[in-house]
Amino acid sequence: MENKLIVSSSPHLRANESISKIMRDVVIALLPATLAGVYYFRMGAVKVILSAVIAAVLTEAAIQKISKKRVTINDWSAVVTGLLLAFNIPASAPWWLPAIGSIFAIFIVKQVFGGIGHNFMNPALAARAMLLASWPVQMTAWVKPGTDAVSTATPLAIVGGEASGQALPSFMDLIVGNVGGCIGETSAILLIIGGIYLVYRGVITPRIPVIYIATVAVMSFLLGGFDISYMVYQVFAGGLMLGAIYMATDYASSPVTEKGQIIFAVGCGFLTAIIRIYGGYPEGVSYSILLMNVATPLIEKYTRPRVFGEVK
Amino acid sequence: MKLLSFRGGVHPPHRKKATEKLAVIKANEPKVVYIPLQQHIGAPCEALVKVGDEVKVGQKIGEASAFVSAPIHSSVSGKVKKIAKMKTPTGEATCIVIESDGLNTVHESVLPKGDISELSGKEILEIVKEAGIVGLGGAAFPTHVKFSPPPDTNIDTIILNGAECEPYLTADHRLMLEDPESIVYGLKAMMKIVNVKKAYIGIEDNKKDAIEKMLECVKNEEGISIVALKTKYPQGAEKQLIYACTQREVPSGGLPMAVGVIVNNVGTAAAIATAIKTGMPLVERIATITGSGIKEPKNLLIKVGTLFNEIIEQCGGYNGTPGKVIMGGPMMGLAQHTDDVPAIKGTSGILVLSPEEARLPEPEQCIKCGKCVEICPAFLQPVYISAYGLKDMYDKAEEYRALDCIECGSCSFICPSKRPLLHSIRVAKREIIAKKKKSK
Repeated sequence: MENKLIVSSSPHLRANESISKIMRDVVIALLPATLAGVYYFRMGAVKVILSAVIAAVLTEAAIQKISKKRVTINDWSAVVTGLLLAFNIPASAPWWLPAIGSIFAIFIVKQVFGGIGHNFMNPALAARAMLLASWPVQMTAWVKPGTDAVSTATPLAIVGGEASGQALPSFMDLIVGNVGGCIGETSAILLIIGGIYLVYRGVITPRIPVIYIATVAVMSFLLGGFDISYMVYQVFAGGLMLGAIYMATDYASSPVTEKGQIIFAVGCGFLTAIIRIYGGYPEGVSYSILLMNVATPLIEKYTRPRVFGEVK
Repeated sequence: MKLLSFRGGVHPPHRKKATEKLAVIKANEPKVVYIPLQQHIGAPCEALVKVGDEVKVGQKIGEASAFVSAPIHSSVSGKVKKIAKMKTPTGEATCIVIESDGLNTVHESVLPKGDISELSGKEILEIVKEAGIVGLGGAAFPTHVKFSPPPDTNIDTIILNGAECEPYLTADHRLMLEDPESIVYGLKAMMKIVNVKKAYIGIEDNKKDAIEKMLECVKNEEGISIVALKTKYPQGAEKQLIYACTQREVPSGGLPMAVGVIVNNVGTAAAIATAIKTGMPLVERIATITGSGIKEPKNLLIKVGTLFNEIIEQCGGYNGTPGKVIMGGPMMGLAQHTDDVPAIKGTSGILVLSPEEARLPEPEQCIKCGKCVEICPAFLQPVYISAYGLKDMYDKAEEYRALDCIECGSCSFICPSKRPLLHSIRVAKREIIAKKKKSK
């Protein structure tokens, strides 16, 4: 029997966790917001979501095949990237726009740098930034929820004064997502429910989202003239919930230590508030996170945790 | 009662159900015992007997050749058949092979040593040393060494480890239920050696009956507190246990005595009690024989030197083909090449996993999820130490404090990509230490 025994270094017991389980949990967490997006923006949303997800998965499979690596599309990570990208695109966009974004996200941002875990930026956000720079008109053609696809402005553009003359939506519409915006960003409440699920499942800790959102709240209250309702709109409108819960928490492009994550989250919140309030552009979440992604290696370098028993 | 704990750690499945309710039973008398002259780190013993000698139970057959060592004694009475190098659970060592005559005649030197109230601390320490007592938690470090701190150290606390945080194992749990008096007696002996007034017995909260039993047993004892600990791995790791009980942090690279504490396993305390009360040195111990690969899991009192396969045979044998045979628990235990090795003083359990459970997972790319950082009880960043280690960048690994790793295995356990984190950190540690030795 001797030579049949398996000998390996301890531990001999592994947790029942895997990449695909984690990524599947993210998809599950995004499902309510996905359904809300489809409900509010109808076929436009379906078209964008399918195009982004299919393009992401096919790109991943194709690149891994060509580079003779193990094809890992069943780990669900490409699905997550595709879905998150679709969430960041208006429902009125033509079908090829999300597809191009997904190809860019998977090929350039993820695979070129070594695949999963090696992307230094959030792939979906980087793709969104690329699309916004290349097709600014299509990327900001917001429509009202409903069947008619009437064009509208986002609540942030209204509250920020970039879109004058339009009525601000009610707080209730804002929370449930019955407002103009990208497909997945409008329903704050469903995004939060998904976030709670991710915390419950241990996929993320509340650290980054809570600190990020709190920083934006405090800054917009202080810089917005101590106006509570202005602060509320800054927190619940736009891409903040989506960005803070699902994009800033991207494993590979955010710090791993507690202190690092706090600095990262405060940085995201600070930049978001500054861009929104002083910039010429109503949204600030994507660029803030991308900037902090780039700063992550530096943050990691200076936030090495105190080792147990290490004397200060 | 408020549960005490430490920061970090993981929650592996307990898997103690199979044996936690089973009373300890005496294992069958072995016909032949194979007693290694080296059972732990430190110097190997020198044999005191030669082939053909008659020996008795409790007779010293190996003398400690250095300070960090402990003598060994025969666990049977009979005849020395052979002295030769053989495979042992920790590698290879010279073993004294004794054929038992089945009579278990006790050696004349085995005599009660009196009560601790009459013995001086020095005398008790000598008894501990002569009885070959080592840490029974698994590492088997000679106990008398722990109790011989440099003269300027101020020891004020003794902690007994009854956490038994390793999944599957129930040996300490059963001991606490079945013989709490010996544990407390042994603890009082330890307190007398170093003249301290304060002691804790730390027990994980998943052993409520043991906590109650020990509480009952110490209610009239001064200075001994029972500490209920949160059930979390590695609650029984020395530095983490000290922190949980006293909120003191053992300095990096230092020993528990640096914060005035000595930690011992509950089994070690009971062994000291036996050595004082009956004079019988450490020749047997409780071990949990369990796992899905064992037909009838049991808690057995086994004699040092009994072969694993003989012990497993008494537990109904293997349940199908064994996949992995481990000495100790699944988190820190040692996988064995063969079951043809003898039980040693540090054999807290024999765990047999099925081939399915033993199958090594395919490692995937690190996704930098940071879970290993989040749970590391030493507050390290296993993700980076491992990555630098795998690239042979050992200076970097050292910079990330590889040497502070306590090798608990929590990082490898939690990793969703099934990466061999601890394994690579161990390699890095060895390289770093080797380099340090060279440059000296």
